[in-house]
Amino acid sequence: MLRRSLYSLAIVALIAGCSSGTKLNDGAAGAGGAGAGGTGGAASGVAPVTIDPNAQTRQGPVGVARIVYFDFDSYTIKPEFQSLIDGHARFLKANPSRQISIEGHTDERGGREYNLALGQKRSEAVRRALTLLGVNDAQIEAVSFGKEKPAAQGTGEDAWAQNRRAEIVYR
Amino acid sequence: MNNTLLPSIRSFPAQPLARRSLLAALAASPALPALAQFRVEVSGVGLTQLPIALVPFKGEDASPQKISEIVKADLERSGQFRGVDASGQSMDENARPDLTLWRQRTADSLVAGSVTRLADGRYDVRFRLWDVVRGQDLGGQSYTVPQADLRLASHRIADYVYEKLTGEKGIFSTRLAYVTRAGGRYTLWVADADGENAQAALASPEPIISPVWSPNGGQLAYVSFESRKPVVYVHTVATGQRRLVANFKGSNSAPAWSPDGGTLAVTLSRDGGSQLFTIPAGGGEPRRLTQSSAIDTEPTYSADGGTIYFVSDRGGSPQIYKMSAGGGNPTRVTFSGSYNISPSVSPDGRWLAYITRTGGAFKLQVMELASGTVTSLTDTSADENPSFAPNSKLIVYATQLQGREALMTTTLDGKIKARLAGKAGDIREPDWGPFQKQ
Repeated sequence: MLRRSLYSLAIVALIAGCSSGTKLNDGAAGAGGAGAGGTGGAASGVAPVTIDPNAQTRQGPVGVARIVYFDFDSYTIKPEFQSLIDGHARFLKANPSRQISIEGHTDERGGREYNLALGQKRSEAVRRALTLLGVNDAQIEAVSFGKEKPAAQGTGEDAWAQNRRAEIVYR
Repeated sequence: MNNTLLPSIRSFPAQPLARRSLLAALAASPALPALAQFRVEVSGVGLTQLPIALVPFKGEDASPQKISEIVKADLERSGQFRGVDASGQSMDENARPDLTLWRQRTADSLVAGSVTRLADGRYDVRFRLWDVVRGQDLGGQSYTVPQADLRLASHRIADYVYEKLTGEKGIFSTRLAYVTRAGGRYTLWVADADGENAQAALASPEPIISPVWSPNGGQLAYVSFESRKPVVYVHTVATGQRRLVANFKGSNSAPAWSPDGGTLAVTLSRDGGSQLFTIPAGGGEPRRLTQSSAIDTEPTYSADGGTIYFVSDRGGSPQIYKMSAGGGNPTRVTFSGSYNISPSVSPDGRWLAYITRTGGAFKLQVMELASGTVTSLTDTSADENPSFAPNSKLIVYATQLQGREALMTTTLDGKIKARLAGKAGDIREPDWGPFQKQ
């Protein structure tokens, strides 16, 4: 089964990649819609733009946040995120055909591959919390981006705290 | 490329260059933005360096590449040579050098040559190496190359000189792979060992990490996030053909080639947790190597293929372990510090390079495996991802300089470092390719 899907993917890759200097399409990542939050007024004002993470996802439960934040060097879900987990668990159990990716992330410190493994610990902590509440594991894929996709640029605890996270993405 | 020996006291077999077909194939592809004129900045002073004079090659002024300068930069970057002033002199490979003059300039050896454009547009490059102290002709070679291979011919000259004078094989005609991030796009590059002549192998809007050369130098395995999760590809550089080798549920990462090229060790989370597996390089079912509830990742094979070094936090903090390549009981290799990652074993099996965290800084270190003696090699604080040159004499690694990601090479004593400084964006994830088939 696995073998077969691997082969078919390999064939797709062969067809797609027949010239050197392979160039990928930009489409896959999603456009990342921006919500402008300008304060207006001063000519020197800068309107901060926040990338709406929901632009990359299909609709999940309405009014339930999708991002779980973690403490430094920690992979346990803090109590304040339990209601978030509960909300997604209820939705997934009521909609057994829906599937999610849980994308784990770390801050910028340390090696790329080791951070990938640390981000995986975060996404799997969220996966376990959901399955403990009765969500079918087949609806969930826990993956990691390590430190490759920070939510906040920059160095220092403020940025790092925003980057230590797991995002729930509905497919 | 024809590679002919000039009459000399010793003979080397004449062999064609295997890279000609590759370069021709890449040249035929749609032009991608040319990157990165790299610059060598040697900092630090070595103890014993051989003084060598590189006389400007006859015809070099009209050549698109300054052969003598490329050879000189190669030799200096090795840490074992010091260029001697050759200004105001002109001679080619046929002239007998004025030994008195060169001894006065304190050169122990001398390279002179010529570069000539042929009627068919190719170039004829010739050189001869002299031992100035003994007044001895140490031989020379000639190469007939297309313009695109003039740098390669220069690196071959540096390899010849390096091997004649140090007794060790040179690595100047090998290749590096690395990744840049610029303007939100990621590009995987293949470049000469001096960082120049970079050619794009893959461009993507999503991150690319962990490229590693196959043992025959023809393929790269790497991790791409183009499908919004990490999956492992094997990419044939000359054709651009790509093959997914690990795309299982969860994350797929950290590829490492077995020395025979038949197997990839990878980190998969398909069973939960990050664990080591092997997978046939041509694709197939993975076999699980480690059974722990901890993180096991960053596998790398010893040169004999018998041992896998890897990172595990099974003892409470990330440390480097080793085990039989078929799996089995791991034993711990690093003991000092609470964070040791990214192991790279030298091809001669003597050294282990890795990154350690000390006081919030990430530093490149090298351990002599026989004695366990550890040497810290850098003054920078965000070092990553070391990779040995195939002759085990240099390490390339990523670091941050003035807030930008950069690549550096260092000798194993840390005394000679060179920056491979590109213009376009952040440069990271270097991997040093094997010796090229000649």
